[in-house]
Amino acid sequence: MTDEPGAPFVQLRGISKSFGAVRALAGVDLAVAPGRMVSVVGHNGAGKSTLMQILAGTLAPDSGAIRVAGHEVGHGYGVRRASALGVRCVFQELSLCPNLSSEENARVVHPHLAGPGWRRRARRLIGDALAAIFPGHGIDTRRPVGELAIGQRQMVETARAFTETDRPVRLVILDEPTASLDATEADQLLRYTAEARAHGIAVVFISHRLPEILGHADEIVVMRDGQVAGKEEAGRLDEARLVEMMGVVRGAEPAHGPGAERARGAIRVAQAARPDAPLPVTLRAGEVVGLAGLAGHGQRALLQAVFDAAGHRRAALRVAGSVAYVSGDRRTEGIFPLWSVGLNTTIGNLRRLARLGFLSPAREKAEAEAWRTRLDIRTPDIGQPIVSLSGGNQQKVLVARAFAAEADIILFDDPLRGVDVGTKRELYQQVRRAAEAGRAFLWYTTENAELVNCDRVYVFYRGTITDEIDHAALTEERVIRASFGTGQIVAF
Amino acid sequence: MLRVGLPAVALAAMLGAIFAMQPRAMSYFGLTVLLNFTLPAIFAAMAQMAVIAVGDIDLGIGPFISLVNCIAATLLATHPLLGWLSFAALIAAYAAMGALIHLRRLPSIVVTLGASFVWLGLALLVLPSPGGAPPAWLPALLAWRPPLAPLPLLASVLLAALGEFLLMHTSYGVVLRGIGGNPRAIARAGWSLLAGRAALYALAGACGIVAGLALTGLNTAGDATVGTQYTLISIAAVIVGGGEFVGGIVTPIGTVVGAWIMLLAGSLLSFLNISTDWQLSVQGGILIVVLGLRALNRWSAA
Repeated sequence: MTDEPGAPFVQLRGISKSFGAVRALAGVDLAVAPGRMVSVVGHNGAGKSTLMQILAGTLAPDSGAIRVAGHEVGHGYGVRRASALGVRCVFQELSLCPNLSSEENARVVHPHLAGPGWRRRARRLIGDALAAIFPGHGIDTRRPVGELAIGQRQMVETARAFTETDRPVRLVILDEPTASLDATEADQLLRYTAEARAHGIAVVFISHRLPEILGHADEIVVMRDGQVAGKEEAGRLDEARLVEMMGVVRGAEPAHGPGAERARGAIRVAQAARPDAPLPVTLRAGEVVGLAGLAGHGQRALLQAVFDAAGHRRAALRVAGSVAYVSGDRRTEGIFPLWSVGLNTTIGNLRRLARLGFLSPAREKAEAEAWRTRLDIRTPDIGQPIVSLSGGNQQKVLVARAFAAEADIILFDDPLRGVDVGTKRELYQQVRRAAEAGRAFLWYTTENAELVNCDRVYVFYRGTITDEIDHAALTEERVIRASFGTGQIVAF
Repeated sequence: MLRVGLPAVALAAMLGAIFAMQPRAMSYFGLTVLLNFTLPAIFAAMAQMAVIAVGDIDLGIGPFISLVNCIAATLLATHPLLGWLSFAALIAAYAAMGALIHLRRLPSIVVTLGASFVWLGLALLVLPSPGGAPPAWLPALLAWRPPLAPLPLLASVLLAALGEFLLMHTSYGVVLRGIGGNPRAIARAGWSLLAGRAALYALAGACGIVAGLALTGLNTAGDATVGTQYTLISIAAVIVGGGEFVGGIVTPIGTVVGAWIMLLAGSLLSFLNISTDWQLSVQGGILIVVLGLRALNRWSAA
């Protein structure tokens, strides 16, 4: 190979990337040497996934230099080039075709698996890789992967990243590869990475299980707010130190913290306690309860369960009162893009605004105007199409819709993601005011800074709640510790 | 296996019923008469399958077959070179349609529906009133009696085998089906979705042209509305044969079996002395019943 001995296989320097107003990466440096496993850790929004996409060639950085295998790769760096240089990536969301078999999925990533006998070669390739990494895997490589269990699919995808045809594998990016594997399989994979490293393959490893990282990585890079917050040999770190590095020591934030002495009202949501879920969720009128943790660990499932349970009698989850849902994914499940600001505001409230079953445009207009003033939605006219608004103002309209529906319980599904700071501040105040008026909030957020607006916070890890934190006891360190499942805080 | 097995059993049952009622259909000549009109149908169904494989749908295949029929009954006989050139242009138009759908992210249902009116208009321009005559070789080809098996049977087996080989067994066929399953994964692996979709649409166009030629050879005349029914038949054939509207799940063998089922449903009605006016309703009904049963199956599995 052309690279000099001892040089890193990949070197990223000063990588920056912004999505609109949100700065995902701000000048990140990362180097991975052959035969080494570097683990990148950080909380939500730290920039891990963006960095991995840039490394794998699926996303182009705004600025910065990428050097792979001794080549300075510039604008032409894409998936094909990355793959030609030996970079492989197992993406967090599965990137297999469910209608194809494992061997056919192997064929998709290997242009050279063509011509007569390709299927036999593909079968051997993926079969050997599976057998090497997950001995006794029991996967039929001829079945469509859509028919396999989720863990098996992840095994196929991981094994596929280690298969070689014409080009050797030099670097494998494993983004949460153990998320759907059981303990034995996860252990098999981690042991295999050691074997791969012995053959000079570099590995970048992302996981939410800190013991896995501490036990197997050579080097740990901690990311925070789109920057590298620290870099250390794995042997010189422990869980406490790692959690500390991931957290941010923020100054005392907003002036309007929750009023701790405020009387709490009737119980709105009550979850039955189970042996495997020792911290049941409760929500009272007038309360703002935050749902924290890494994205995708069960927070949204809880919101959905509450939404579904409203108006039904369920033993596991009792919900008393009406429910409104504010989605953070406004484009697919929030706005009606062809409608005006006004219609988007009042759609949840039409029954109350209608007269004898007929719409009343005058009353709708008055209602929408009232909400525009109250939430300071910046539009010259509520008759304007909603898509003419900025993203933050569109999100305000969705919040206004939920408020206007006069629901007892408002479910926030990370609605302020990607919204500018000014809008956030205004909405925090509105939430506080609505809570004082007796509304109850369940608020899932991926931004830990938002949790200071909550009276209480539940932290999720792998589908269960690992900690319940009162406003007064809330620290980011405690949230992060619980998000990585590192032991419950001892009650005192 | 169940995907193709179930339609195959249904087809066998239909054939059994027909043979029981009309034993003379079980001869070489009887089968030829019974199955003749499956020839355009299997090619129309194969065209539809190529489009459904990427999760799209083609509502224009019927009028497209009419257009081919009109060209074959006029231009192909009078100016053969011009006729073949126009067929080549039609295949290119199909590929361009696929490219347009991909590049502009348009819903295929709208684009192909729009195209169907273009095909119909062109067909009327080429042949304003039914008539014309195909070149002599075309009816002769359709009347050919190969040894052992009648032509429609032979053509069905060959087409199913060819389709199965190209889409299910070649390495590029895997990529094409993958587009229907998870386009992002295919794009991330470095394949061109544009090329894939255009290739499948071109294949659909080519199959549509063969379907039109076969229909012309059987009818020995042109008619700008003769192909309309093939839109429904082709979609139903793919689905009844075990394919799915989304997800890149299609089977060429099943599609040919599905086309037979749709056609024989009509023959079965006439043997039962039911007016063939019911044919379209029965064909549509079969499609709805199959989709309904499949949904039921999914519920019970979930």
